[in-house]
Amino acid sequence: MPVHYFLVLSALLFSIGVYGVLARQNAVLVLLSIELMLNAVNINLVAFSAYLGEGALSGQVFALFVIAVAAAEVGVGLAIVILIYRNRQTVDVDEMSLMKW
Amino acid sequence: MDLLLLAQEHAPAAVPKDGFLTQYMWLVPLLPVLSFFVILFFGKRMKSRGHWFGIGALSIGLAMSLYAFIELAAGNAAVEKSWTWFSIGDSINVEFGMHYDFLAGVMFVVVTLVSLLVHIYSTGYMHDDKRYTIFFAFLSLFTGSMLFMVIANNLLELFIGWELVGVCSYFLIGHYWEEKENSSAAIKAFITNRVGDMAFLIGIFVLFFAGHSFNIEELNHAVHEGHLGGTILTVGALLLFGGVISKSAQFPLYVWLPDAMAGPTPVSALIHAATMVVAGVYLVARMFLLFEGAGAALDVVAIVASITMLLAAILALVQDDIKRVLAYSTISQLAYMVAALGVGAYTAGVFHLFTHAMFKALLFLGAGSLIHAVHSNNMSDMGGLRRFMPHTFRTFVIGSLGLAGIFPLAGFFSKDEIIGGALRSASDLGSASAWVVLISATLTAFLTALYVTRMLIKTFWGEYRGHGSPHESPGSMVTPLWILAGATLTVGFLGFPVIGPFADWITVPGHEHHGFETLYNIVLPIGATVVALLAIALGIRLFSEGRKGFDLVASPFGWIYRFIENKYYLDDFYLKGIVKPIQYPIARASYWTNQKILDGVVNGAGAGAVALSHPVYDVIDQQVVDFAVNGAAGITGFSGGLLKYIQSGNVQRYAAVLFAAIAAFVAVFVLA
Repeated sequence: MPVHYFLVLSALLFSIGVYGVLARQNAVLVLLSIELMLNAVNINLVAFSAYLGEGALSGQVFALFVIAVAAAEVGVGLAIVILIYRNRQTVDVDEMSLMKW
Repeated sequence: MDLLLLAQEHAPAAVPKDGFLTQYMWLVPLLPVLSFFVILFFGKRMKSRGHWFGIGALSIGLAMSLYAFIELAAGNAAVEKSWTWFSIGDSINVEFGMHYDFLAGVMFVVVTLVSLLVHIYSTGYMHDDKRYTIFFAFLSLFTGSMLFMVIANNLLELFIGWELVGVCSYFLIGHYWEEKENSSAAIKAFITNRVGDMAFLIGIFVLFFAGHSFNIEELNHAVHEGHLGGTILTVGALLLFGGVISKSAQFPLYVWLPDAMAGPTPVSALIHAATMVVAGVYLVARMFLLFEGAGAALDVVAIVASITMLLAAILALVQDDIKRVLAYSTISQLAYMVAALGVGAYTAGVFHLFTHAMFKALLFLGAGSLIHAVHSNNMSDMGGLRRFMPHTFRTFVIGSLGLAGIFPLAGFFSKDEIIGGALRSASDLGSASAWVVLISATLTAFLTALYVTRMLIKTFWGEYRGHGSPHESPGSMVTPLWILAGATLTVGFLGFPVIGPFADWITVPGHEHHGFETLYNIVLPIGATVVALLAIALGIRLFSEGRKGFDLVASPFGWIYRFIENKYYLDDFYLKGIVKPIQYPIARASYWTNQKILDGVVNGAGAGAVALSHPVYDVIDQQVVDFAVNGAAGITGFSGGLLKYIQSGNVQRYAAVLFAAIAAFVAVFVLA
């Protein structure tokens, strides 16, 4: 399969992620959208790794690192969301605008 | 560190290597200085009130000095190290450095040993003093200054040490400042020294302009090799000798030294044996080649010293205060050293400095032990003390005989070398000043034995004339006495004719063959001993219990006695003849200058400044500076007011800006 199939898929996935981050009001869904963006990146990495041939494994190794980092990031992010919910009984990101002038 | 190691110019063909420790001897002056600061800042909080720091610093210093001396004796090179302190233009290059050779090595051993013993002794002597801590602090600084002066490789650095020594002596002489007399003595010592120091400073600059260097070795070699000479050298050397006259208490500026007895006795021991008065002798020895090349200067040195040794020895005969007897004795013995250098007996002069330090420190510390016991400085309050203070008695007798020059004690060897040196100079070179030195040195040897006998009889024999019951001093005071007594008994053999190593250590170019082996003559020591024994016999006849001493001669020659007792009216001459007539006109003139000129300048400057400050305030401060400051604040506030609306607190809006910016960058990089 030509590599641009994967690139288009990745771009679509990334755009959906960006939309989710910018438009969703639920903080959990914002985190999910971030995961979508990271996975779009992973698809890119794996696709280019396959495209470059047998020996080029660094793209795949990189994808594994991204997955690990993403897991850690979600752990921290969900912990923050839970704490905010406990304090304010809401996870609406529009409500979380205290850090302003 | 940018240390420049200069090659030894006088080294023989096979250049000897540097010793391990000799290169680091600059650490030794630093130790007591460090201990000064530690004692000053932390001493009062210590249980020991700080004396352990001084004792520790000097123990290390003594160990290092001895080791470095052994290294030198084993054939290692003298060390000259320096780095540039500052430069003015291309020609004036002022260095900071060290010069460590045998001469400095001998001084280091003497200074650290005597100072260490004085420190230990002071823990007993000063035990109940209320300024104990500050006393030990200055004792350390005093020692450090002297060591700094000794190791200096150039005249400016030496001058700094020279002045530091003067300041420390001022503080220590005035230790009991509650009594006016003592603080006056400190001021007298300081000001008398200032007179000579002025000459010294001018001399340094004269020599600099003649020889283009402050470096002592360079100046010495310039003179030795004939690059520097003539009248300007004579003038410079004589000006330097002016400093020596005041610091080493030579005629006519010796008047401060007897008054310096106002200080605590351990300080007197330190001043007399190690840290102050020998500085002048050391300077002449250090710059011996320069003095030697300066023609008439060395004759002046010899004559001044001859006068001094006789005058001071005569004065020592009539004093009642035991410390003053020893003070005049020191002046006389210092003159011996200076005279030895003056007749070219370089080795003998330095050797006498070395031996004198041992027995004079012993005598002063012994006198302190006596004073501690009877609570009086006066020999008329003592008498019969040999029964009460056996240790002090024995050590004091050893020190006294060492001073009188009785075989085999230290003074015997060094004194004979000096007389022998004068004899050689007088007979071989036909030098007139050497004859004067020879005659006055022999007379002084006689007088020395005489006043020593008088001192011993008045303190240790006869009946006790003081109050209370005297007692032997504590161990901390007796131990240093025995150590010094041991030194007095043994160090003379270092200068034993032919086999003594001292003559190999202390030499100066052009005088190598004037070591002890060639000038020695068996008639000389026998003659000198006979002179000393005659004096002792005469002293016993004159001063024994029941005898009237000088009263017998005092009746027909009463005016002579009064003349001596009033110290030749020299103090009166200074006070009435110089200080008083000058004091009032100078005071008036300086008052007038102060009121009219200085105050005018100061007030004018003040008024001018006020007048000038009004326009400055109105225009520059209010208009310019304030405008700039307020403007800067206003602009910051205004722009902040505009930009704050971006800070919405909404995370998604920030993310939108972020993505928009990335999109814009991508667009630019991809499309452009």
